[in-house]
Amino acid sequence: MSKPRVAIFDFACCEGCQLQIVNLEEEILDLIGAVDVVEWREAMSEQSTEYDIALVEGSITRPEDEERVKVIRQRAKVLVALGACATIGGVNKLKNHFDLDEVKQCVYGEAASMPHLATAMTKAVDEVVPVDFKIHGCPIDRTEFTYVIRCLLLGKTPVIPDYPVCVECKAKGNICRWEYGEVCIGPIIRAGCGARCPSSNFRCFGCRGLIDNPNLDAARDVMDRYGLTVEDLKQKMELFCSKQGPTL
Amino acid sequence: MSKNIRINVHHLTRVEGHGNIVVNVANGTVEKCQWQVPEAPRFFEAMVRGRRWDDIQTIVSRICGICSITHSLASTKAVEDALGLEVSEQTDLLRILMHYSEQLQSHVLHVGYLVAPDLFRAPSVVPLVPKAPDAVKTIIRVHRVANTWSDLLAGRTTHPTTLKPGGLTKIPTEKELRDLQETLKATVSDLVTICEVVLSVADKMPAFERDTEYVSLRQNDPPTYTFYHGGITSTDCNGDGPVPIQQWESVANEYVHPQSTAKWTRWHRDSYAVGALARFNNNADLLSPLGKKVAAMFGLKKGCCNPFMNNVAQLVEAAHVVETSIGMIDELLTRGLKSEKVQVTPKAGRGSGCVEAPRGILFHSYEFDKDGLCTGGNICIPTNQNHANIQKDFETFVPAFMDRGQDELRLGLEMLVRSYDPCISCSTHMLDIEFVK
Repeated sequence: MSKPRVAIFDFACCEGCQLQIVNLEEEILDLIGAVDVVEWREAMSEQSTEYDIALVEGSITRPEDEERVKVIRQRAKVLVALGACATIGGVNKLKNHFDLDEVKQCVYGEAASMPHLATAMTKAVDEVVPVDFKIHGCPIDRTEFTYVIRCLLLGKTPVIPDYPVCVECKAKGNICRWEYGEVCIGPIIRAGCGARCPSSNFRCFGCRGLIDNPNLDAARDVMDRYGLTVEDLKQKMELFCSKQGPTL
Repeated sequence: MSKNIRINVHHLTRVEGHGNIVVNVANGTVEKCQWQVPEAPRFFEAMVRGRRWDDIQTIVSRICGICSITHSLASTKAVEDALGLEVSEQTDLLRILMHYSEQLQSHVLHVGYLVAPDLFRAPSVVPLVPKAPDAVKTIIRVHRVANTWSDLLAGRTTHPTTLKPGGLTKIPTEKELRDLQETLKATVSDLVTICEVVLSVADKMPAFERDTEYVSLRQNDPPTYTFYHGGITSTDCNGDGPVPIQQWESVANEYVHPQSTAKWTRWHRDSYAVGALARFNNNADLLSPLGKKVAAMFGLKKGCCNPFMNNVAQLVEAAHVVETSIGMIDELLTRGLKSEKVQVTPKAGRGSGCVEAPRGILFHSYEFDKDGLCTGGNICIPTNQNHANIQKDFETFVPAFMDRGQDELRLGLEMLVRSYDPCISCSTHMLDIEFVK
């Protein structure tokens, strides 16, 4: 059996999720042995038009990028959204809170009306084409990445946690960030990161997106106990979870 | 000899972000010669408005995956400048140590994975694995060391989770620092090996020089080969005191070129260059002994105007940061690590932060209202500052090398762009150029 052909593509993003693939270090040699990487602009000069697995990083922010991702979808048997920009729109969706002409004016001033600066509302990949699997996080977690790829190679369906970050945070024995007066949105955010930020004494800011059935009553209790308002919570939720669709 | 050349590289590979190269030579006359950037703009300066002072780093770190620590440090310093926060010496040392891990990571990634394939005439690092397994594994090993180092100081390799205005959320233990020091000591011989491998193919870098202004940080008190403190200087400053970083807008002078729609920067001339070679040209006398030794291996001297030598300057800096960090860890251990409490009261103000990204000097400025909500920001990325200089290099390089034929010229131009280590998705100011048919 020939090795599955894998291609990696990027749209509007920081390319930090691709970097996590490079950061597999020695393990990347095993990965290259198991699959045939046919296109990866950031690392290779080769290109291809057929792939079994397409990994798509970044948000879709322009009409021409919608067309490009549709072509990728047509050519790919399996399409995986890689990282928060692709899975939920990520920080790029902060732009959607403003009038788009005003956003361009703010950054480009007099040049704002030039046609190549056209921008549209930021979309996650699945708002444009069907997505088969999502690897969450900003950036993605390297262990979760290899787990998902391994599942795909074995024909299995990867299991992504559908419980909040608090579960992993408590298991690590961390003191709750709320006790320090911080607004941590771990109670409503999908786990799977190993509560990496709270374990560094940094509040969860929601890069893996909202879980599908957050325990809103519990979240309300926590807010009441710490005297926080909806506005406080909104400030934090908007960072990564603006206008977000389903995350599984 | 062919007098007609058409080069159209759409989405140049092995660079961060999207760029195009277009060259058209007809009957020996250069008709078009352009470096274009069609990257999707992301509008960070607009998106930070209305966000709290303690969320700025979380947002703008996402400008760039490769230099996320640098963006995080520049923005954190800018917020501290605006809110009038001082940090402790311990915080300062630990942040510089964190910053060095990114310099090593990025330089090794660039030279080892993105540039080396050109020098070995391979399309990527993948075919080099069976050809030179030991060399590739040495590069991977050093890259892993850099990332483990970032993990320890920044909380992870990409998008730090330990920075907050006024201090750090988490500091390493003394044992962890001691272990890191041992690892760094063991890395020195691997670094020398990488330098020897690059030296063995260094003749593949074109002998091309163009007199250029180089801009970087300069720190005189105490004299340091700086990535983090000091003021702004250039090779055209003739030793005049560095410009305070708060005045960066008068250095970058962003402008629109009449022949194109691209925003470029200029200071004393029509263009300037930033990056490892710029830092070297301004600060080489302050390098560590190992840094100086690597420079001597390649014959790299202050005043070098060959842009391809930026790759060599990156190796020099890789050696410098490793050696310097070994000494810094001694200093930290001698002082002893203390946990620190930080209290911040938001206030209205404007502040700037400037640090050296691996690929060149980076500026961030923010303004806050009395509640600590951001009312505006301005960010100037190293790749923006190199854009005009890449174009100027092209204009000299194409006539000088076009008699080597289309394929060699194309490879030379691709290598020239890569040598700047561009980080195109960072550079939200960069605009697309449409050339006239």
